[in-house]
Amino acid sequence: MSTYKCPECGYVFSEEDGDQYEGYPPGTKFASLPDDFACPDCSVRFKEDFEKV
Amino acid sequence: MKGYTGILENGVAIFYRDRKRWFWSLSVLYPLQPFLGIWLHAQTGNEAWLLLPLALSYIGAPLLDWFLGEDQNNPPEAVVLQLDRDHYYRWLTYIVIPLHFLGLIGVAYWAGTQELAWWSFIGLSIIAGIASGLGINTGHELGHKKSRLERNLAKIVLAVPAYGHFWIEHSRGHHRDVATPEDPASARMGESIYKFALREIPGAFRRAWDIEKDRLARRGKTVWSSDNQILQSLSLSAALQLGLIIAFGWKLIPFLIIHNVFAWWQLTSANYIEHYGLLREKDDKGKYERCHPRHSWNSNHVFSNLVLFHLERHSDHHAHPLRRYQSLRHFDDLPTLPNGYFGMYLLAYVPFLWYLVMDKRLLALSHIDGDLRKVNVDASKNAALTEKYGQTQ
Repeated sequence: MSTYKCPECGYVFSEEDGDQYEGYPPGTKFASLPDDFACPDCSVRFKEDFEKV
Repeated sequence: MKGYTGILENGVAIFYRDRKRWFWSLSVLYPLQPFLGIWLHAQTGNEAWLLLPLALSYIGAPLLDWFLGEDQNNPPEAVVLQLDRDHYYRWLTYIVIPLHFLGLIGVAYWAGTQELAWWSFIGLSIIAGIASGLGINTGHELGHKKSRLERNLAKIVLAVPAYGHFWIEHSRGHHRDVATPEDPASARMGESIYKFALREIPGAFRRAWDIEKDRLARRGKTVWSSDNQILQSLSLSAALQLGLIIAFGWKLIPFLIIHNVFAWWQLTSANYIEHYGLLREKDDKGKYERCHPRHSWNSNHVFSNLVLFHLERHSDHHAHPLRRYQSLRHFDDLPTLPNGYFGMYLLAYVPFLWYLVMDKRLLALSHIDGDLRKVNVDASKNAALTEKYGQTQ
């Protein structure tokens, strides 16, 4: 289980926790997020921009 | 006055005072101007006073922006974290919320209970809409933040202009797609504000609805679920407006229709001038470049920034959407509007004057340098604009 961070606003996507509000259940792999996944907080960084913590 | 100490990168200690600290309260007072007109009407019996807010916003504000000019100062980065944590600034965005509700209720009371001539009734309805449009601005500042409190307050205040979808549409749609032909909230070169409105208003609603529908679907819920945040805010709008009709009578029906349209028109006006013609380029893989400050028109005009929670420092806002209003920065070599928003709105309402002022300014930007291929152009005007301005690249 890994954690990924938005380099713009610091939003963190944890595979362990998922993101309940966005509808990604605990255990959701970052790789399985949609290709056009945008940061849910700032919307100006995308999946490929996220950094593994 | 409160100040902040910080250490610059070169190790020098600094002490910073925000000269605008108390002036930001103008953003709280500005939506109350319809009450000034009502008070003068009550004092003199002259209905023309009701229209005073129109003169204040469309003559007074552009003149003050011209007279007071621009302020390009930025807070030192070393104190920005302290500025952001200073709760005074966010309290201003909280206390203006009940004032937006009171503003609409107060003006509705006056429109519903006074014997007004048709022209002052329509004028008062428009003025109420413009004031509620400022509620979209308050919702904008709040809706960009991470805290649940601020996001919930955004949804509540957006009930006043009946624009509950804005929070999702703006933060999740417009910011993602800004300065691309796909964005209904980014105006194209050669597109009049009237043509833009017909694309922006329905297009933005559809985008917000789709984003919320997808989120709810991932959670196993239908779009009609009570968790739909657009419907939550719209329900509050419906309760508020039905209550006003019941309280003050049938005259409130035309009043609220005009009010709603002009509240939405405020956002349309802002969206139109904020990204006119600007375009993010695509890379080799067909992906748009990141949003940079050059993808928004900026204005540093002092007065209108102080009454709009710094909205006009739009270049930094789009590049860094979570930055709080008191910390937004000016950068060199930005697309720059020649006046504040209210003056630019007036210009936009007369399309040929808008094109006259803005098209040359757009093409002269250093990253465009006359190359129409680097501009977001209205396809129906492409041939005419190419003939007029040619290709210099």
